[in-house]
Amino acid sequence: MAIREVYVYRIGSGAGFSGDRIDAPQSVVAAIAAAGEGGTVIFETLGERTLALGQIAKRQDAARGYEPLLEDMLEPILARCVSAGIVIVGNFGQANPPAAAAAIQALAIRLGLGGLRIAVVSGDDLVGRIDLSQTERWDGDGRLPGIDGDVIAINAYLGAGAIADAIRAGAQVVVTGRVADPALALGPLVAHFNWAWDDLDRIAAGTLVGHLLECGAQVSGGFFADPGFKDVPGTANIGFPIAEVEADGSFVITKAAGTGGLVDLRTVKEQLLYEIHDPAAYLTPDVTLDITDVDLEEIGPDRVRVSGARGHAAPARLKATVSFYGDWLGEAEISYAGPNALARARLAITTINERVRMRDIPVRHRADIIGTVSAFDSDDGDFLADFDDTPDGDYRVRFAFGGGSQREVERAVQEVNALYCCGPAGGGGVRHSVRPRVRTLSHMVPRALVETGFHFAGEPS
Amino acid sequence: MTALMQTVSLHRIAHGRSGDKGNRLNVNIIAYEPRHWPVLEAEVTAERVAALFAYRGVIQVTRYALPRLGALNFVIEDALEGGVNSSLGLDTHGKCLSYLVLGMDVRVPVEPGDGHEAEPVLQTAR
Repeated sequence: MAIREVYVYRIGSGAGFSGDRIDAPQSVVAAIAAAGEGGTVIFETLGERTLALGQIAKRQDAARGYEPLLEDMLEPILARCVSAGIVIVGNFGQANPPAAAAAIQALAIRLGLGGLRIAVVSGDDLVGRIDLSQTERWDGDGRLPGIDGDVIAINAYLGAGAIADAIRAGAQVVVTGRVADPALALGPLVAHFNWAWDDLDRIAAGTLVGHLLECGAQVSGGFFADPGFKDVPGTANIGFPIAEVEADGSFVITKAAGTGGLVDLRTVKEQLLYEIHDPAAYLTPDVTLDITDVDLEEIGPDRVRVSGARGHAAPARLKATVSFYGDWLGEAEISYAGPNALARARLAITTINERVRMRDIPVRHRADIIGTVSAFDSDDGDFLADFDDTPDGDYRVRFAFGGGSQREVERAVQEVNALYCCGPAGGGGVRHSVRPRVRTLSHMVPRALVETGFHFAGEPS
Repeated sequence: MTALMQTVSLHRIAHGRSGDKGNRLNVNIIAYEPRHWPVLEAEVTAERVAALFAYRGVIQVTRYALPRLGALNFVIEDALEGGVNSSLGLDTHGKCLSYLVLGMDVRVPVEPGDGHEAEPVLQTAR
């Protein structure tokens, strides 16, 4: 057997979404540190809606508006990253990257690490810089209605350029707001290997590294187990993925030894196509990625080699997420169990429908019976209408109400509570909540309107 | 010779994952075994997937084939009744919906040692 000695650069995932397992980065950082050659750990914690929630938090308190779990995620690994030369890159800045940088600096001082070089990437926030009426909507929002509430935030998906520049300038931590998720990995790779931005196959390969890592455990056994069909060992301790990237852009996806989960052809294929539309044209700010000729090879336990990404020119426009106040969502649930439970649950639904109509409450609403066909069903209840199995059972009726007025949605929810004394026999366990929602739509914006760059925290921007 | 065929749930021969962006859903469907790739190509058509989602008002489905991976990728427009921030449904992301596709029936050739032998005929003598 030929043994190849190749130099690799290691990038691991520390989080795949806001709310991910807090302890996941620890095994990733330990494995990269043990290899002794430095590397990067990336945190992707910014969903479409998360940024608007951060913007709202920032309005209430200028020191907030970044990932609420930031300190919890970084405290166990920060010292190790600094000592092992592992760069931390994350979009955990949310709506307030400078405040996140200040929080990380404070954490470093508390841990006795002294001052760190923390870069803050800017340019994604387009509020006041753009007239949305002059921009086109993104076609993937289809028939969704347009913007009909007060705009909270407009953020462009930035590319990897400022991240790469910051790392070249010596950043130990890079804090971003909205960037394309794969840019979190592409930036460090460009900085490390000095890939040229017009070397499109290399830029595509780095983008693919980021695409496979951005959802954390989703490539290493998370969101995958289907007992008896796709079994996953150690689901309580899934090792988050680590990519070992070569200078030509080919790479191996693996995970730390001694962790649960698995990396094989199946896990990599599912994530390779996750949230991809046309596989020949995955649009990012830095490149149009083509994965149709990607080759996957299992080269050892929990090791899959990935090669063959191709790049085409980046799209002319950038995608921006527009967040605005939406409607109020009211949810209320009640259980019916035992003999004839299904008929009692159905009666609860027709009763509420009639009450909402009688009292003329201006809300849109739907009802599901959990335990029948709820997750797949439509607002019109097509599947539930045909469901006639098991009249005796353990059913939970779940009502949802949407409306522009908090008061009206609360009135509707209160009707469900009133089922306690007025509804079908034996209804129990009412739980209810009413909360405001933030809606998002995507618009396409000209690149010329987006100025991106970075500065080091504590230095003038 | 005509191959003996049997009907199985797609879930027996393939796995997959769904993802959302806006009101658009994508579902990938991947053959466990290369020998089942032709079954996916022939049976899991854009038309059949569109029919599965018609109850949600879906009228546009695009199917992309990735033969090197033994995978299909379906892009299903306007499948999410408003998506993560507007839907009144339980699964606003559509994360469960890969299993709606995996629940469809497909025809596969019966192969020796497949574990799908003919069912035994059991009779009780009176």
